[in-house]
Amino acid sequence: MSVQALRAQFPILSRNVYGKPLVYLDNAASAQRPLSVVDLQRSLALEANGNIHRAVHALATEATSAFEDTRRSVQQFLHASAPEEIVFTSGATAAVNLLAFSFGEAFIHEGDEILVSVAEHHSNLVPWQLLCERKKAVLKVLDIHENGALRIETLQKSLSQHTKIVAISHISNVLGLINPVREIVRICHEKGIPVLVDGAQGVVHEAVDVQEMDCDFYVFSGHKLYAATGTGVLYGKRKWLDAMPPFMGGGEMIQSVKLSGSTFAPLPGKFEAGTQNFNGIPSLKPAIELVQAMRQDPEIQAEQQAIFDLVYRKLTEDARITLYGTDRAHKIPLFSFAVKGAHHEDLALILDKMGIALRSGQMCAEPLMDRLGVTGLLRASFAPYNTLEEAKYFAECLDKAIEMLV
Amino acid sequence: MSLEERKQQVIDDFSLYDEWLDKYAYLIDLGKNLAPFPEEQKTEDNQIKGCQSRVWLISELRDGCLYFQADSDAVITRGIISLLVGVYSGCTREEISADDFGFLEEIGLKENLSPTRANGLVSMVERIKEMAKNG
Repeated sequence: MSVQALRAQFPILSRNVYGKPLVYLDNAASAQRPLSVVDLQRSLALEANGNIHRAVHALATEATSAFEDTRRSVQQFLHASAPEEIVFTSGATAAVNLLAFSFGEAFIHEGDEILVSVAEHHSNLVPWQLLCERKKAVLKVLDIHENGALRIETLQKSLSQHTKIVAISHISNVLGLINPVREIVRICHEKGIPVLVDGAQGVVHEAVDVQEMDCDFYVFSGHKLYAATGTGVLYGKRKWLDAMPPFMGGGEMIQSVKLSGSTFAPLPGKFEAGTQNFNGIPSLKPAIELVQAMRQDPEIQAEQQAIFDLVYRKLTEDARITLYGTDRAHKIPLFSFAVKGAHHEDLALILDKMGIALRSGQMCAEPLMDRLGVTGLLRASFAPYNTLEEAKYFAECLDKAIEMLV
Repeated sequence: MSLEERKQQVIDDFSLYDEWLDKYAYLIDLGKNLAPFPEEQKTEDNQIKGCQSRVWLISELRDGCLYFQADSDAVITRGIISLLVGVYSGCTREEISADDFGFLEEIGLKENLSPTRANGLVSMVERIKEMAKNG
């Protein structure tokens, strides 16, 4: 498939902003949605709108099938051992919060330790801070090297007999580096410590096999994976999910409710309280199908590589620019950088007026900004529907914007 | 010049530019020429929250009129705030309180007035109004 054919599935990519063609380079924040996703949501709303799991009527049955079929799609996509290990949430943030609360209730006590990295998104940091406050536990932090790579050699000694869980991103949303999650899991498991992998960026760029990775939990958001916003997944090994108490009460998460007390539904229902996003969740299925098609397409992969090479060269060879996350062998086409003498916000405002959408600021990773010694950065994140032409245009416009400011 | 005349001056200056990039170039120019801000005043209290860039604003009352000084680490923001400082310095509290800041819409900065944290123009305007109210 040509990139142009792929782009035709994303009508938004052909719109203009300020009279200029849109160049969308904020994919790490939220990816655009293809027609297959939008069409499915529309047809579900118009033809199969009924609350799932409850009623016996036709609309509810069709909506339930669409929802549960998606669970099997996600199971296969992550290669989980059973559909019950897939819990739907409203996003990666909700999934981490669910985990931090429920796992915390069952397993975290005063004096226990939780290990994260300094490069975590706030969504994989603040829920653990809240848990530490509730339980008087201690948050430990793994540092990074100058090139952005995790200081994996310090992992061993960062773990203690008090460490109860390690929560680490698969790919940092700022550095764009793939962390050695298999090795992390291996080291932690030697000490019997479970690992959560935050896959918000990882699942978009890497084929994930949770059984091979052997992680205990994996979370991701739908909207970064070309699916509807308000959708997300918590994968958990059954042994852990079974041992964890419900996070929220109400709806279909119960088995029996008496005024003297309630018993809870088996997995995954136990963690899916309240009316589920039965219009959005099924959109994960066509999104996953598209992701798999893009990954297997040599033409699209070649264009991605060409974009990576061009942008990486531009951002590392220009003396005015500092790129963060330079462990090239493990980098995805996600580039956060600073320009000497130019504020990230100014650059983002000017590039916006040239039609280029990118992210500026702290990117929900304030501790990492402090670690890097910056107040914020500019980030360009590419998706398979971006073209080499767009990458060239970005490089040219960046030069123009810098010249205006410096 | 009166407040109305100063506002009209800004509107006239902006009307020379059709293209957004030219407006930004003008703001950058204004930003680079903003009067120096006392370093010791770059305190937490003087910083305006809600901006992606850091913005500091102080005021003093002389002869019944407010005079503003401001700075930012982003130059376009410095340009925008220099407009505000230029227009509202020398106004009485009553004049500022009665003003609707509508000239910002006329010069095309309206879209920057959306209450998102990405742009702090709202916060700047709020702070100026607050200063007019509380001195």
